[in-house]
Amino acid sequence: MSEARHATTAHGFGRMLVAVYGVFALAASARSIFQLVTKADEAPVAYALSAVAGVVYVVATWALATDRRQTAIWTIGFELGGVVTVGILSLVDADLFPDQTVWSDFGAGYGYVPLVLPFVGLWWIIRSGPKS
Amino acid sequence: MTEPIAWGIAVLALAVAAFAGWHLMRDEPFSNALFYAVAVLELVLVVLLVGGSIALSRTEHDVQGTLFVSYLVTQVIIPPAAVLWGVAEKSRWGTGVVVVAMLTVAVLCARLHGIWEGTVV
Repeated sequence: MSEARHATTAHGFGRMLVAVYGVFALAASARSIFQLVTKADEAPVAYALSAVAGVVYVVATWALATDRRQTAIWTIGFELGGVVTVGILSLVDADLFPDQTVWSDFGAGYGYVPLVLPFVGLWWIIRSGPKS
Repeated sequence: MTEPIAWGIAVLALAVAAFAGWHLMRDEPFSNALFYAVAVLELVLVVLLVGGSIALSRTEHDVQGTLFVSYLVTQVIIPPAAVLWGVAEKSRWGTGVVVVAMLTVAVLCARLHGIWEGTVV
């Protein structure tokens, strides 16, 4: 019923989705800030990646919450590419990422939610799209 | 920060998550009972913040203090934020926000224990 009333990405199921994105925005960016402040030189690639992931989640959360579909699609697409690329790289060459990031091993450290989330996000953007 | 405390609170958070999930399934609006359940958890988390900070100042453990306290503070902020933001959504998904928040608190509890024990960095 509510989906008929508001065709924005921030209402109905989108409310819950934004909440999940918010959690990951917080988790990824807080983690990267902590890593960069306390031990930046230990694993620069992993920490830089954490920072990128953090920014991506923050922008995606903001875009979904404010119904900016174009931005949401780009950031979530980037997120999908990131989790798949980093997932494969971390399996092929574990030395590249000596410390955990959200996207290592396809997000296994976060219950594989980072792998599932972009699909749900894109599905929701299409699903909640303006209908006739 | 002993194991029973961490797991006890995690289980409590999961119970509230299940209760909110029940609302979500039944398409029930945000109820007073759910509000009180979240309020009880919030009280416990405030006590944990105070108790955890005191324990941190006294322990011989090699705990990453900043990380530990930031987890404690985050846990206290999450429930009220979720309720405020969830109530604003009039559909069933408002309680969905609470489900997400409670699951997050449960995960944070588990990680908090890991930080205390030094197994999570």
